[in-house]
Amino acid sequence: MKQFQGRVVTPGEVTAEAVVTTAGFNTLASLQMALQFGDKEVKCGDQSNKELYGKPLLGKALCLPQTIGSTTGGLVLYCACAMEKNPACLLFANHIDSLAAAGAVLADVWVEGVSMPVVDSLGDEFLSYVKDGMKITVKEGGVVEVE
Amino acid sequence: MVLTKEQQAILNGEKGETLAKVMKTLVMYGDAFEAEKLVPITSKYNHLVTSFGLKVMSPVYDLMQQLLDAGVCSGQKFSVDPRPLDKNVPANLLQNLVFNKFMYTKQAFYEGQLEQLGLMDKNAFSCTCYMDEVGNKPGKGDVLSWAESSAVVYANSVLGARCNRNSGIIDIMGSIVGYVPYFGLLTDEGRKATWVVRVKTTKKPEAQLLGSAIGMKVMEDVPYVVGLDQWIGNELNDDACAYLKDFGAATASNGAVGLYHIANLTPEAVEQGESLVAEGAKEYVIDDAELERVQKSYPVIWKNPDASPKLCFVGCPHLSLAQLKEWTVNIEQALRQNGKKKVTVPTVLTAAPAVLEAFEKTEYAARLKATGVIASYICPLMYMNNPLCKKMPVITSSNKLRTYTSARYYTDAEILKAITGGKKA
Repeated sequence: MKQFQGRVVTPGEVTAEAVVTTAGFNTLASLQMALQFGDKEVKCGDQSNKELYGKPLLGKALCLPQTIGSTTGGLVLYCACAMEKNPACLLFANHIDSLAAAGAVLADVWVEGVSMPVVDSLGDEFLSYVKDGMKITVKEGGVVEVE
Repeated sequence: MVLTKEQQAILNGEKGETLAKVMKTLVMYGDAFEAEKLVPITSKYNHLVTSFGLKVMSPVYDLMQQLLDAGVCSGQKFSVDPRPLDKNVPANLLQNLVFNKFMYTKQAFYEGQLEQLGLMDKNAFSCTCYMDEVGNKPGKGDVLSWAESSAVVYANSVLGARCNRNSGIIDIMGSIVGYVPYFGLLTDEGRKATWVVRVKTTKKPEAQLLGSAIGMKVMEDVPYVVGLDQWIGNELNDDACAYLKDFGAATASNGAVGLYHIANLTPEAVEQGESLVAEGAKEYVIDDAELERVQKSYPVIWKNPDASPKLCFVGCPHLSLAQLKEWTVNIEQALRQNGKKKVTVPTVLTAAPAVLEAFEKTEYAARLKATGVIASYICPLMYMNNPLCKKMPVITSSNKLRTYTSARYYTDAEILKAITGGKKA
């Protein structure tokens, strides 16, 4: 087990299985088709992301460097949360980007009862250590345990 | 974040609960970037990314309705991204059924909401709102609350405006309260380049391929591009602006670039030169081999990679008037060379409604129609985003469309050959 310290963007505690991308996570390309056509597992639809394409994202601890792509990214993430089709948490190796931050904040302010803890600035070592299927626990204060 | 008395009063709910939530959203958004203050928006118009009435986006329309019910509307008029449907664009019976009865059932409702919230006019639907014909063109130094990645990167880089890569919904929240958090690309420091990109190609690089290569390399950083002016000149004329529009869209969609500087061409690079480059900036050299490597790295997810194309989209982002004319001439010439009269692949050129209106007034409109090409205001990305179109072999010269859909990317020259019977794409 290894512990990483990050910065809390939106609070919460959760335990979930990791899915990892070392490339930028394209929110629109990854989520839109799954949300639109009711994919129960919310499988990643981004053909350019070879690590994530086709993998379920619902309820997973999504470990990523940052999000990329269309500026609909934030509202797609917001919709995913409002529809309860979101990852369990978002864990960023880098500082959070403006689109992911928007999605996390919109969900936090405008969606009742949503809980999708978001932690950023976990560092490059976090992303090189964590692998698909590992157990992730997000604790208070931006502490992330990986085992 | 330090707020003014007026901003704090809004946050405290003195102007209503809904406006307080809007302010809270902007403050939390700014806090994520350690923004110290909110600054006034100074552009005349806003631009929103959310143009589509997708049933699945109901949470967005519910939120918009909350704003309307609370009597909250945008302090600025705004343009918005392209409409997702156009009956002139080829679609079979099943596709039409899915589009109209399943996917975009909220379109009319949402357009009604947009009009109530402050839409500039009923045809203000384009990702290239900054075209003269559309009329939403901010000035240098203007502070914006825009979304739409290709428009933001163009406004920052080519027009010298200041805007972060805001998400949909955040865009309108800025113009509701009239402020945006001061961080990132709004600051002088945030506009410094942390990459120097050296273009060393032996010919003019394809705009959307060069943009893709840079976007994938620098991600959200700011690149300072050296050597491109030798191919596109030192003047921001129609050709250079069209090139930069397409280049920027690819940097923004293949990566997350919100601002680039082109040495000797874009406004801040002309004024400040290499003093825009931050200490310790990384370097990326792009030559012919690198562009070839990047193009070959794109995955082909067609079920049958050798399938004949069933549809071609050109114009993501929307084409300029000059580009529409150029495509018309090029298609005519290629058809003549190949002994054809009509395009051999159904082809759609897309542009803003106002640009299409201007195009219709020129002799080129009838000439383009005679080649069998369709001119449309549609958003190709929205058209393609469904399982039916995913199964269709669609070709495009848009690297943005390639990124978000199953469309296969080819250079403009390759597309021209493919649609005029010159060569199978």
